[in-house]
Amino acid sequence: MRQLLNTLYISTDEAYLRLEGETLVMSVDKVKRHQVPLHHLGAIVCLGRVGMSPQLMARCMSDGRSIVWLDENGRFQARVEGPVNGNILLRQAQFRAADQVDKALMLSKCFIAGKLRNSRNVLMRSARDNPNEVEREQLAKAAKALAINLRNLEHAESAASVLGLEGDAGRVYFEQMNTMIKPAMRNTFEYKGRSRRPPKDNVNALISFLYALILNDCRSALETVGLDPQLGFFHEVRPGRPSLALDLMEEFRAVLGDRLALTLINRGQLQHGDFDYREGGAVYLNDKGRQTVVRTYQERKKETLQHPVLETEVEIGLLPLLQARMLARYLRGDVETYIPFFNK
Amino acid sequence: MSDLYLIMLSALQHYSYCPRQCALIHQEQIFEDNVFTIRGHLAHERVDSGESGVEYGLRVERALPLFSERYGLVGKADVVEFLADGTPYPIEYKQGKRQQKLHDEVQLIAQALCLEEMTGKTIAEGAIFHHKSRRRRVVALTPALRAHTEQLIIAVRQLLLSAQIPPPTTERALCENCSLVEACQPDLIASASVIKRLRSQLFSVEDEA
Repeated sequence: MRQLLNTLYISTDEAYLRLEGETLVMSVDKVKRHQVPLHHLGAIVCLGRVGMSPQLMARCMSDGRSIVWLDENGRFQARVEGPVNGNILLRQAQFRAADQVDKALMLSKCFIAGKLRNSRNVLMRSARDNPNEVEREQLAKAAKALAINLRNLEHAESAASVLGLEGDAGRVYFEQMNTMIKPAMRNTFEYKGRSRRPPKDNVNALISFLYALILNDCRSALETVGLDPQLGFFHEVRPGRPSLALDLMEEFRAVLGDRLALTLINRGQLQHGDFDYREGGAVYLNDKGRQTVVRTYQERKKETLQHPVLETEVEIGLLPLLQARMLARYLRGDVETYIPFFNK
Repeated sequence: MSDLYLIMLSALQHYSYCPRQCALIHQEQIFEDNVFTIRGHLAHERVDSGESGVEYGLRVERALPLFSERYGLVGKADVVEFLADGTPYPIEYKQGKRQQKLHDEVQLIAQALCLEEMTGKTIAEGAIFHHKSRRRRVVALTPALRAHTEQLIIAVRQLLLSAQIPPPTTERALCENCSLVEACQPDLIASASVIKRLRSQLFSVEDEA
C-alpha cells in the first residue's frame, strides 16, 4: 500500500522555507525554527503569508510532492506546478465522458450516492450517542429521509433531479446539525443555517475550513493520477472552479469533515476563544483554532477504515487518492463502473 | 514517408514482462518506485553518469543515446564497448538475477539493432552484466532472437497505437515484484463481481423501511 506521508502545514506568518540537503528548513526573520527530513513529506500546505525558495519548489516538483498556498481561512490561492505530465489519453477520456449526458449523469449519481450514504451514517452515529429519546427519533427520521432520497436518486433521469435530491437531502441533514451537538456545547456552537462567504457562526467557520482542507486533498489526488480537477460531472464547469475536486469531495464531506467537526465540538477541543468575530457578523477560526483543527485532521487521516471495493483496511488519508485512481480506471475503460467510497 | 510511432527501448522489456505494465508506463504515464526500481537506480548510477573514455584499451560509452529509424526505436544503452575494428558491443546492466523469460535479451537485441543501424556494422554478440553476481553473460544475436525481438517491436507498437490497456497478467507472481501494483490494481480489475454487487446495492440501505 502506498505510504501515507505527512502533510506539512505551515501557519506561521512570515515563515520562510528552504532546502538544506535532504531537509526542509523553516525560519522566521532568518532564525532557524524547524528542520524536517523531506522524505517524510507528501505535501506542503502554506496557510497565509509563507515564503519558499525556488530550490525547494523544484525539488518538491521532481519528487512529486505538492505545494499549495491557502489563505488563513483555507481558501485556495496558489500552487506550484512542475512540467505538464500525466496521461493525455486519460484527460481526453475525462473530457469525452463529461460531454456524454448519460455518463456524466451516472457519475453524478455515484458521487451523490456516496455523499448521502455517508451523511446518513453520521446521523445514525449521532442518534446512537444521543441519550434524549425525542432527539434520537428526530435523527432517525432524518436518516430515513436520506435513505428515501438515496433510493430516488437511482431513478433520477436528469442532472436537475440529481441536484434537487442532493439539495433536499442537504437541507434535511443540516437541519439536524444542532441536534448532533451535545447540549452543553450548544451555547457556543449554535448552527444558524449554512453560510459560506463569509461563515456567520462557529459551526460554519469550522466546517468551511475543514471542507477547504478536504477539497485541497481531493484536488491533489486528482492531479496525482492525471485527471483535470477543473472538469467535473456533477458540478458545473466554471472558470477557476475545481469542479471535479468538488465532485470527488462529496463522498468525503461527512467522513472527513462533518464527523471531525462534531468530534472537535463535542469533546470540547474547540472553544469560543478559538474563533475571531468580525464586525458585521463574519466568523473565522483564529490561529490557535486552526492549529487544533489541522492537528486533529492529520490524526484522523491516519485512522483506518474498511474499503468497500478493495475489501481491505485503508488509511483515511489515502481515500481521495484511491478513489481518484478508481475514477481514472473507470474513465479509461478498465472497470465497468465507478463505486464511490462509503463506509458500511 | 510516414513517421513510425517511436517506442522506447525499455517498453520492449516492460511488454515482455507484462503487457499491462508496458501500457501503464508508456501510455498511462504512471511510474512508481519500489525497492526493486530503487536498487536498479543505484546499480545504474555509474552507468547513467555518462562517463566515457578508454578502459583497458577499449573505447567505452556509457548512457549512449540509441535510435533506429527503421524500427522506430529510441533509448539509451547502459554501456557500449567498441572493439578495435569499431564494432559495438552492447552491455546491459541488470541489478537482479537472470530472468526466466527473455526480457533482458530482448532489450539487448533491440539495442544491437539500433547500434547496427547507427554504425553500419554487424553485431554478433553482446552481454548482460548482473550487478549482484558481478558477472557478464554473453548473448549471441541469433536469427531466432532477432526475429523474436522484431515481433515484439510490432506488438508493442500495436498496443500503444490502440490506446487500450490490456487486462492484468494471469501470472500473479509477477505482480509481487512490480512497482506498479498499486496503480495497476489487478485485484480491482479481477473483482468485477464485487463491483457488480456494490453497484446493485449502491442506492439502497438495509433499514430503509
